[in-house]
Amino acid sequence: MINIIEVTKSFGSVMAIDNLSLHIQKGEILGLVGPDGAGKSTLIRIMIGLLAKSSGHIDVLGSTNIESVKNKMGYVPQKFSLYQDLTVMENITLIGSLYGIEKQKIQQISQEILTFTGLWQFKNRLAGKLSGGMKQKLALAAGLMHKPAVFFLDEPTTGVDPVARREFWQLLYNLNKEGMTIVVATPYMDEAELCHRVAFINLGQLISCQTPAQFIVAYPHQILELSVESKHINHHIKDCYLLDLHSFGNKYHIVTNDIDRTRTDIEQKLTQQKIPILKLQKIKPSLEDVFVLFTAQGGA
Amino acid sequence: MIRLRALLVKEFIQMKRDNITLAMMVMMPIAQLLVFGFAINTDVKHLKTVVFDQSLSAESRDLLTGFTASEYFDIKYVVSSFEAVNQKIESGDAKVGIIIPPDLSANLKHSRATPIQVIVDASDSTSASSAIATAQSVGQLKSQELLLAQKGISASAASLYNIRIRAWYNQDFITAYYMVPGIMGIILTMTMVMIMAMAIVRERETGTLEQLIVTPLKTYELMIGKIIPYIIIGYMQATIALIVGIAVFNLPIRGSIGLLYGLTSFFIMASLTLGVLISSLAKTQMQAMQMSFFIFMPSILLSGFIFPRDAMPTLFYALGQLLPLTYYLEILRGIILKGNSITLLWGQIFALVIFIAATLGLAIKKFSKTLD
Repeated sequence: MINIIEVTKSFGSVMAIDNLSLHIQKGEILGLVGPDGAGKSTLIRIMIGLLAKSSGHIDVLGSTNIESVKNKMGYVPQKFSLYQDLTVMENITLIGSLYGIEKQKIQQISQEILTFTGLWQFKNRLAGKLSGGMKQKLALAAGLMHKPAVFFLDEPTTGVDPVARREFWQLLYNLNKEGMTIVVATPYMDEAELCHRVAFINLGQLISCQTPAQFIVAYPHQILELSVESKHINHHIKDCYLLDLHSFGNKYHIVTNDIDRTRTDIEQKLTQQKIPILKLQKIKPSLEDVFVLFTAQGGA
Repeated sequence: MIRLRALLVKEFIQMKRDNITLAMMVMMPIAQLLVFGFAINTDVKHLKTVVFDQSLSAESRDLLTGFTASEYFDIKYVVSSFEAVNQKIESGDAKVGIIIPPDLSANLKHSRATPIQVIVDASDSTSASSAIATAQSVGQLKSQELLLAQKGISASAASLYNIRIRAWYNQDFITAYYMVPGIMGIILTMTMVMIMAMAIVRERETGTLEQLIVTPLKTYELMIGKIIPYIIIGYMQATIALIVGIAVFNLPIRGSIGLLYGLTSFFIMASLTLGVLISSLAKTQMQAMQMSFFIFMPSILLSGFIFPRDAMPTLFYALGQLLPLTYYLEILRGIILKGNSITLLWGQIFALVIFIAATLGLAIKKFSKTLD
């Protein structure tokens, strides 16, 4: 579907994409994951022809001339980029017409798509007056007008509430079921877990691309989850035998390569400090743990 | 065609919803014309004058009558010391001071020249130059009268050279005739260049350009779609300006109004392509506005809008030739005041066409259909 081979993109002296190769398969949902500034947006923008690559090879839908396949690609940018002073229907009609769709056909398709995205009742509302979640659905609807074969979404659910996020992903799944290839950049690990494959990008390079399950299996360390009542216990246990420590509220993920040794060490320390342990047990690593590890390695 | 029509529909809906901008574009020509047309008057009369008459004679009264009769000097203050004259001019109460020496009558009797001191506040150069010129001719006229009277010749019989001046195209030196076509050109420059530049940069800033670029829309379609609505706005402004000019300032349209409208299209296009070029250089709306102002200042100063171009140093004369407004003013004044036909305006048309081709070429080259 999309072949990216040794693509490089530099902005002046900054390497945004550094010799990156990636193959996107037909019919999959591919997640692009990585810290801010990793190059996710830049990569998407190169694939849809918004930015020109500095070097390397890229072909989309069998064509190296991206301009010629633009009507087979859809795009939802990170920032809402439709016209705030046009209504939902006017925006949809504009984008549909720009893809060369006839007027009568637009009416039929837009009803279908606006119903699908739950925007039909708001069709005469100005886009600027929609909520964040509805705006993203409108962007999605606009991107779908010409029934693209491949759909690119750049952090589409940033700033959207959890319920709207779930609905949005349900829509993506439904589209994918009908055969649409979806490439989605996301900062959320729970969303990444919903993708068929995840490409982890850091500093413009592809670190790894595999299924979420494979990522977790390949995770080289073990995780102990610690629950305590008091917060700020980092300084008590930081000298224990462990590799890394991340706090999530009053839960701690402790990264180690020797579960038993770390467990006894921490139990000892906290008992000394008279801090009761609510829970201390081995858990399955999450994609979030993988993400933290990769980001730390990239930064080192 | 579907794409272009959709873009135009979008532009018109947006324009219709942006009432403030629309009102601005309609009100601006009216307000500017009224303000400039009435306020700018290069013919400065009735300057406040302070007099220190040390002679207090029949001759000095006669001389002062000569000054006031010219209508350029209104004697507001009569004082009795040099200090008082200085004080009146320094405080700005008076723009001109006339000092007549005590020995005026005696000197005149013996046909000796008498220095009459005229002090002019030249911080405002326009009023100063008209005061100086008038004071000089009052002096000459009065001297002539006196000399002739001494020889017993009547003044009317004395002029051997009878120079008859005829001011063509604007016999009565009505400033508004000269200013109104100029203001029309200035207004078009300001709105066309700035609004066009801002319109494209705004799309880039808000990200909507990104949304347009990912569609199969062609660069030329995007440009045409942006330019056409503003051509209509330009014609609307030109029409309003002409109506105000005719209704309020009795502007005579001596040439063909059809020709005027036809040639206006070249100027509107030139201004719009300049706006497109600016938009391809500016990153933010703020920059677009600053760059537009960078065009306005020379347009006002070097185009011949206020200052005659013939008097400019070569460099600035040449710079003025790079501005579309220079040619449009020649077209406007040519058609409106002189009744020129197209045969006299080919040069200006040619210059505007060259300008359009050059800026559009540059703009399309700069405006690649990618974001970087």
